Amino acid sequence: MDLSLSDEEVAFQRRVRTWLRTNAPRRPRGAEVVEYGDPKRIEELKDWQRKLHRAGYLAMGWPRQLGGQAEAAGDRRELLMRQTIVNEEMVKARAPGVIGMMGIQMVGPTLMQFGSDAQKRRHLPRILTGEEIWCQGYSEPGAGSDLASLQTRAEIVGDFFVVNGQKVWTSNAQFADWMFCLVRTDPVAPKHKGISYLLIDMRAPGITVRPLVQMTGDRGFNEVFFDDVKVPRENLVGELNQGWAVANATLAHERNMLGSATRTQQMFQGLLHLGRTRQRNGRPAIEDPVVRDRLADLDISVEAMRLHAYRQLTDALHGRSPGIAASVNKLVSTELNHAIAALALEILGDHGTLDRRSKHVPDRGLWPYEFMFTLGMIIGGGTSQIQKNIISERGLGMPKG
Amino acid sequence: MDFGLSEEQQLLQQTARDFLSAECGSDLLRQSLESEGGHPEALYRKMSQMGWTGILVPERYGGLGLGMLEAVLLASEGGRVALPGPFLSSSILATAAIERAGNVAQKKRWLPALAGGEALGSVAWLEEGGRLDAAGIGMRARKTRGGYVLDGTKLFVPYAQEADFLIVPARIGSGGGEAGITLFLVVVPSPLIIVEPLRTVDRTRRAYEVHLRGVEVPADAVLGEAGRGWAVLTRLLDLAATALAADGIGGSERVLEMATDYAKQRQQFGRPIASFQAIKHLAAEMVARIEPSRSLVWYAGHACDRRPREASRAASMAKARLSEVFSWCATTAVQIHGGIGFTWEHDIHVWFKRAKANELSFGDPAFHRDRSARFAGF
Repeated sequence: MDLSLSDEEVAFQRRVRTWLRTNAPRRPRGAEVVEYGDPKRIEELKDWQRKLHRAGYLAMGWPRQLGGQAEAAGDRRELLMRQTIVNEEMVKARAPGVIGMMGIQMVGPTLMQFGSDAQKRRHLPRILTGEEIWCQGYSEPGAGSDLASLQTRAEIVGDFFVVNGQKVWTSNAQFADWMFCLVRTDPVAPKHKGISYLLIDMRAPGITVRPLVQMTGDRGFNEVFFDDVKVPRENLVGELNQGWAVANATLAHERNMLGSATRTQQMFQGLLHLGRTRQRNGRPAIEDPVVRDRLADLDISVEAMRLHAYRQLTDALHGRSPGIAASVNKLVSTELNHAIAALALEILGDHGTLDRRSKHVPDRGLWPYEFMFTLGMIIGGGTSQIQKNIISERGLGMPKG
Repeated sequence: MDFGLSEEQQLLQQTARDFLSAECGSDLLRQSLESEGGHPEALYRKMSQMGWTGILVPERYGGLGLGMLEAVLLASEGGRVALPGPFLSSSILATAAIERAGNVAQKKRWLPALAGGEALGSVAWLEEGGRLDAAGIGMRARKTRGGYVLDGTKLFVPYAQEADFLIVPARIGSGGGEAGITLFLVVVPSPLIIVEPLRTVDRTRRAYEVHLRGVEVPADAVLGEAGRGWAVLTRLLDLAATALAADGIGGSERVLEMATDYAKQRQQFGRPIASFQAIKHLAAEMVARIEPSRSLVWYAGHACDRRPREASRAASMAKARLSEVFSWCATTAVQIHGGIGFTWEHDIHVWFKRAKANELSFGDPAFHRDRSARFAGF
C-alpha cells in the first residue's frame, strides 16, 4: 500500500496545475448554479473542452488514431493515472465541467466497441473536440426505472428507420447536436430483445425539444418528441434488436470516481467553512456539539469515499473488474452529497430558505441549489432503489421479485 | 499509487480465512461461550504455530515482524468467525505496548513468549469512571525505596484471569492530566491482586475486575519512561480502535452472508424471501455501508504503520464508522432471520452481541467522532 504519486506523476500534476491556472475559466463559488442557461455560456464551454483536448488532457486513454493518446495496451495504466490526476486537478481548480462528457463517457466507448468504421470516423473526433454535443435518449414517460419497457418505435422503411415516440428527462437536448437513442424495433419480441441503439441527428425534421423546468428553476432537461423522424439505416449501432446489450456494455464504463470524490470533498470543505463562519446561539455553528458531531460523521463518509476511490482506481490500474462498485458509488455518493447540502441548510437556518436571487443569500445561493440538485442526482441515472436492486441481484445473487 | 493489498497480504488473508473457517466453526464457538475462561487454548496454540500471536513481534524476538495492516487483515478474519479469546488484548495491545515502550530486558522476557503463545498479556486501563481520556487514570502509584506500590481497582480488563502480566497505567505525583501517567508491567497472579470475572453479554471476549491491594512492584516494572505513559496509551487506543474496526468489517461481511443465505432458502408466500425488495434493499444497504468502510479500515492499519501523524484520526474514523456499520448490519441480519434469529440456538446472536461490545468498548462512535474531528482541526 502506497498512496503517494511517483516523481513523474508529481511533475505531471504540477504541469496540469500550472496549465489550469492560466487556462481554466474562473468560476466564483456558487457559479455552478448558472451552468447551461444561455447559448453564450454553451459556446464558452465548448471552447473550454476544445482547449482541454488540444492540451492533451481529455480522453487520454482513447487510442491515438481516434484522438486519444494510447499507443498500445501497455500505456493504459499510465494514462489512466494521468487522466485521474487531470480530473482531480480540474475539480480542485474549480474548472468548469466538460460539456461533452456524455459523448466521451457513453457514446465514444460504445462506438469503439460496437460502431462501424464509418461511424467511428464520423463521430469520435467531433465528440472529443466538443464540436458536437450528445444527449442520451433513454427514459420515456412510461419507461423510467423499467427502461426496457420503452415504447418509442422505429420502423424500417427503405433505407431509413422512421422514429415515432417520446423521450423525457433528456439533459442537454436543447443544445445537443446528436442523440444516442434506444428505440423499439421489434414490438412482439420480449422487451429486452426488441430494442435497437440509434444515432439520431437532433436537427432532423420531426424532432421537437421542449424544455422542462426543474425544481431548481433551471431548464436542464427536456422532453423530446419524434414525429416520423427519418434516421438513415447506417446510424444503427451494433445489430438490429441488440440495443439493450449494446447500451449495457458501456453503461458502467470508466466512471470518474476520483473526480466525484474530490468534488464531494470540496463540498464538505465548503460546509466546514460555513460551520466556522455562521453563528448558532452566539458562537460559530461548528462549536455546537450536535453540529460538530454531524460534521464529523460526514467527514468520515467523505474520507471513506476518497479512500474507496483510491481502491477502485487501484483495481482499475490492475485491470480488475469493478463488479457492482459503480452501483455502490452511485448510491452512496449521491446520498452523501445530499446529506452535506442538507446540513448546510440547517446551519444556515432562516437564511437557508432564501432563493438564490435574494440579496441576503450566502454563497450566491449555492446551498439551497445543491440541496435540490443533489436530490436530482439520487433519482437520475438509476434511482437509489434501482441501485439496491442491482446490488442485491448482481452482487448478492438474490432472485428477481 | 497503490491502495491495495500486496500478494503476501492477500495470501495471509486467504490463509487466515481458510484456517479459521476450518478451525473456528460453530462447535468451537459454542464450547468457548460456555467454558469458564472463554479462551480456546488449542486453537490459539495452532494460531501461534501459524505465527499469528507474533504478528506484531519483531523477527529477532521470534515473531513475524509484520505491521498493523497485516494485523488488521487477521483481525478482520477473526471478526468473520467471531474469534473468541485474547487475540486483540494480548497479541495486539499488550504486545504492541512492550514492543513500543519496553526496554531490552522486558522485550526479551516477554516478546518471544507472546509470539510463541506461552504467555498472555493484557492491559488494565479503565477504572470506575469508564473514561478513556487522561483524567480517567486515577490509580496512584506510590514511590517506595525499591519501586512502587499500586493500589486501586481496574475494570474491563480482558482475560485478566488467563494473563501472565498486566500493563497497568497509574499516576505518579499529583495532578490529573497526561503528565505523571506511568505504565507498570505487573506479573500475575499475585496474592495481592484479586481478579473477578465480569458477567458480560458478549461471551466471545471475557473481561475482569482487578483489585490491586498494595501491590509492590520493583522500579524496573515501569514500562517506558515514568510519567510519560500517556503517549503509549494513545498509541494503544489507535491500535485497539483499528483492530476493532477490522473485526467489524469481517463481522459485517459474515452477518451479511448469513442473512443472504437464509433469505435465499427461506420460503414465504410461496417464494424465497430474498425475492422481496424489503429484504433485498436491506441487504444492498449492508453492502453499501460495508464496502467504503473497508477502505477506512485498511487505511487506518496503513496509517498506524506508515503515517504516524494521521494514525489517530484514521483509527478514530474507522472505529466510529465500523462500530455503527457492524451493529447495524448485525441488527439487520437478525431482523432478516426473523424468529429463528432471536433464538439462542441460532448463531447469529453471537455476532449481534459482539458488534455491540465492539461499538461500546475503546470509545463509542461519538467519542471517536469527537476525536477524529479534533485531529481534523475542528
